Amino acid sequence: MNFEVPIGPQHPIHVEPLMLRLKVEGELIVDADVDVSYIHRGIEKALELRPYIQGLYLVERICGICNAAQSLCYCLNVEQLLGKEAPPRARYLRIVVEELSRIHSHLLWLGHYLHTLGFETLFMYFWRDRERVMDMLELITGNRVTTAYNTIGGVRRDLPPGAEQKLRRTLDYIEERVRYYEKVIDSEPTILARTQRVGILKPGDAVRMGVTGPHLRASGIKHDVRLDDPYSGHDEIPFNVITWDTCDCYARVKVRLRETSECVNMIRYALDHMPSGDYRLKIPPFFKAPPGESLSRVEAPRGELVHYSISDGGDRPYRYRVRTPTLANLLSVVEMLRSRGDYEVYIADVPAILGGIDPCICCSARILITDEAKKRRMITTLDDIIRFSRGRRVERR
Amino acid sequence: MKVPGRLVAEALKSLFRRRATILYPYRELDKVHLPEGFRGRIEFDRSKCIGCQLCFRVCPAKAIEIVDDEKGKRPIFYIYRCIYCAQCAEVCPTKAISMSKIFENIALRKEDMVVR
Ligand code: SF4
Ligand code: SF4
Repeated sequence: MNFEVPIGPQHPIHVEPLMLRLKVEGELIVDADVDVSYIHRGIEKALELRPYIQGLYLVERICGICNAAQSLCYCLNVEQLLGKEAPPRARYLRIVVEELSRIHSHLLWLGHYLHTLGFETLFMYFWRDRERVMDMLELITGNRVTTAYNTIGGVRRDLPPGAEQKLRRTLDYIEERVRYYEKVIDSEPTILARTQRVGILKPGDAVRMGVTGPHLRASGIKHDVRLDDPYSGHDEIPFNVITWDTCDCYARVKVRLRETSECVNMIRYALDHMPSGDYRLKIPPFFKAPPGESLSRVEAPRGELVHYSISDGGDRPYRYRVRTPTLANLLSVVEMLRSRGDYEVYIADVPAILGGIDPCICCSARILITDEAKKRRMITTLDDIIRFSRGRRVERR
Repeated sequence: MKVPGRLVAEALKSLFRRRATILYPYRELDKVHLPEGFRGRIEFDRSKCIGCQLCFRVCPAKAIEIVDDEKGKRPIFYIYRCIYCAQCAEVCPTKAISMSKIFENIALRKEDMVVR
């Protein structure tokens, strides 16, 4: 008898409406299927109805954690349409905020990932340290989460006085902590047992499926938009693209941890070499963009983010398209969840594998039992499961 | 090398360290630290406004409405719709709008969430 175990679309601790259907034989997952159609917000359509300046704040709300990357991508896109470029100081300030939010996103993910593995202590430590980064974002941009920092033609405010010293102190702290966490993660048998050789994605498969970001780099492929297509002065800043070649969940943890220290170095460099001059171009709030199309890409914390727009010469886009990194990474989950040969995936690995790409869904609302031989389906509700667990017979419906 | 229990030392250290959280909202309110330039509830200086309606036109959340009063067209702000982007404060030619540090924007009556 085969079981089909649906996971999602509602999740008790994480609000990611994603549905995962697992075909299992006993504990072993033989096939999987993802469905992301539970969240249609109509943002692309809404962008066509707003002047560019209002769209900026809507774009930021596509993703709360990657908001700096989203708004940066939008600004680059509109600047391309206008044929303008942000001044050098703005480019460096954009890098500072972008990398700060990458640190915050990676620490958030690391904490949350360990939490899904059941390691609550480190979760608390990671999130405590992340708080320091949030304070810095608040100091520089005026808000903890939704930064509203990038604007068309530059950034909205300069570094406040005294921010640089505080920022450097925080960076020192984060660097030291990350070094310590790496030691902890490398020496905790529970973490190693849950992540090593779990969720393997071979480099060839990763490329074939169009995987991006840290997830791709954890499959040993050196790809980073900041390196391949420097969009905000990244060609002037030296940095290493972190890769790891074990291709498993452990590699994903390692890549993100090391990337965090790499971000710290990038911010330091940007602060040391901060150009003087204006931090934004004078662009009036309402303008008409010349007809044409433009494409911009940004390395968001989760991977490559692509914005594409068509302008018909009006004061709002004719068409706007957003490709977020999670959409590119989701397909690989199916590949990683499928047992084949001596690669075995168990239900207990699902949170580790799914969490590894950055969203995380785990819930058992009900179980759908499929009896292949008799072509009969039975739905077991949560109540049934509770009754079942108390030792009573399951009622069939 | 695999040495389990690396966290024990850290846990012991944390035992004697200052608490990372604050006892918000009942005590230690003085420890809530907001930097300069924080974007909180809107403050509006009616006497400076010249009625140009720019703020109304840029607001992405449609939180601003223009009403007619004795001086002409003037904005009113519905804080419950505001997303604290400060774009209105940025475009206002006379700096009549500013962002305060008030972040506890909760009210029982809708009327308390309107700034005129
Ligand atoms: S802060 Fe932003 S959302 Fe709030 S009233 Fe001003 S423009 Fe509108
Ligand atoms: S932008 Fe300033 S001056 Fe113009 S209507 Fe708004 S508040 Fe008044």
